[in-house]
Amino acid sequence: MSEIMLEIDDVSKIYAGKRGMFGRSHMVEALKHVSLSVRRGESFGLVGESGSGKTTLTRSILQLERPTSGRVLFEGMDLGQLSTAEMRWLRARIQIVFQDPYASLNPRMSVHDIVTEPMLIHRETLGLNRRQRTERAVELLSLVGLGAQHLYRHPHEFSGGQRQRICIARALAPGPDLLVLDEPTSALDVSVQAQVLNLLCELQDKLGLTYFFISHDLGVVRYLCDRLALIYRGEIVEQGDCASVFDAPETEYARALIGAMPEVKVPPAA
Amino acid sequence: MTDTAEHIATEPELPKQDKLQRALFRFRQSRLSMLGAVMVALVVFFTAFGTLLAPFPEHIAGGVDTAARFQPPSWAHPFGTNELGQDVLSLVMAGTTVSVLAGLSVVLIGTVIGTLVGAIAGFAGGWIDEILMRLTDLTLTIPGLILAMAVAAALGPGFTNMIIAISLSWWPGYARLVRGEVLAVREESYVNAARAIGASPSRILLRHILPNTVSPIIVKMSLDMGFAILMVAGLGFIGIGIRPPTPEWGTLLSVSRSYMPDYWWTAMAPGMAMFFAVFGFNLLGDGLRDILDPKARR
Repeated sequence: MSEIMLEIDDVSKIYAGKRGMFGRSHMVEALKHVSLSVRRGESFGLVGESGSGKTTLTRSILQLERPTSGRVLFEGMDLGQLSTAEMRWLRARIQIVFQDPYASLNPRMSVHDIVTEPMLIHRETLGLNRRQRTERAVELLSLVGLGAQHLYRHPHEFSGGQRQRICIARALAPGPDLLVLDEPTSALDVSVQAQVLNLLCELQDKLGLTYFFISHDLGVVRYLCDRLALIYRGEIVEQGDCASVFDAPETEYARALIGAMPEVKVPPAA
Repeated sequence: MTDTAEHIATEPELPKQDKLQRALFRFRQSRLSMLGAVMVALVVFFTAFGTLLAPFPEHIAGGVDTAARFQPPSWAHPFGTNELGQDVLSLVMAGTTVSVLAGLSVVLIGTVIGTLVGAIAGFAGGWIDEILMRLTDLTLTIPGLILAMAVAAALGPGFTNMIIAISLSWWPGYARLVRGEVLAVREESYVNAARAIGASPSRILLRHILPNTVSPIIVKMSLDMGFAILMVAGLGFIGIGIRPPTPEWGTLLSVSRSYMPDYWWTAMAPGMAMFFAVFGFNLLGDGLRDILDPKARR
């Protein structure tokens, strides 16, 4: 349980701003010396307001962007040092669910094509033929609460919650160990949010996944996560066990955030 | 809060063809779009069968009938005869095939080159983008007709040379359009998702980006068809495109110009045919844009 799966080691990201015609440029420091570690099998929450660097950190973990300095280690491997082929292979094990389920599914592809695409790309690792891929797609759909009748539909025929389930199915398709959840419920209705969160809890139990859960909603993080970190203007201001941070916040920012939470009784996880 | 599946099952199921049907319905609602579609259908029909259905097929091949020169429109010759006694209607019908196929070739070649250049520029970015787009700008600075004239003059007249000549000035519009679309689509979440599952650059471009840029390309193609036909006719008119005796609208107009206004009917039929085709393609293009291009719709 305590084995470290993902380690972010002193990561900084500086955007060089636009260099204008007269050579003036202003830099944006999106991440300042961020360090944190996620253990195997846990849910780690990253909480911060808009523009605090959450998304930049996500993109750095997935190597969609290179950090300016620092390292991202997955099971001890420095992702920045891997070759393109190695990274491609590793991508099967780190998957992401994006915030906006309306934008993260290709409107021209059927659910079947969307869910089987990762298996097609990683067919050498997974060893699934065409037919097996389709079978697994049906399994994955039922795992996320959709049915085989949805297989040949297109994204526009689904509601937000259903689309997010398709996104989760796609993320699970290559058999990942780590799931990065980039505000997976913030674009959804409150009632649907709860369903998707419960689904994520179930999946974690069933599949033994590790979650890196990004959110601006402390209530959601408290419900789902074991540990959390607070990020403010690109810096980690506090991190620790969920219970201790909520009960005894150490920093002013944490106190302010927790104090600003609406008083909603969170039902205990079933 | 514990059940996750029940909510899904009760949701109404949308029929699969829903979106397509709605788009077609909107298209049919617009009389002008429908008119354009019918006009284009007619043009396509004559492109395919014009030569076969012509009442005087021997005139198409260059046969002359000097006894019947400059006959005004009559039942035998609805659009009269020309200076060689040829039936103008037959020539125009056969000319449809030449003009439309030439226009279509130009648009297709322009689309292929332009899409290739634009997609690579937009997707690769950096110096590749810079080089390709400056090349595009450079081509755009040369007026299309002038460039086409220069190339046609250098290569000599003829069907193939003329198509090459026009295509060389035709692709930059597509390159710019496609680059812009690719730049926009490239930032979509689903493209990032494709990257995250380890998709190769070519897969991302071909499966995720390009399919989502086809609508504006199709719209531009149908709008361009009319202009391409005009361009072909223009080159024929100034005598560096398709040469007589191959019947082509611009060439027919060019010849009949000398006999205006006394024998006006020799110019009327090719002129009307050109107007009809160009107008039809433009109406169709506008209609397609209304249903395909979400930016223009909203």
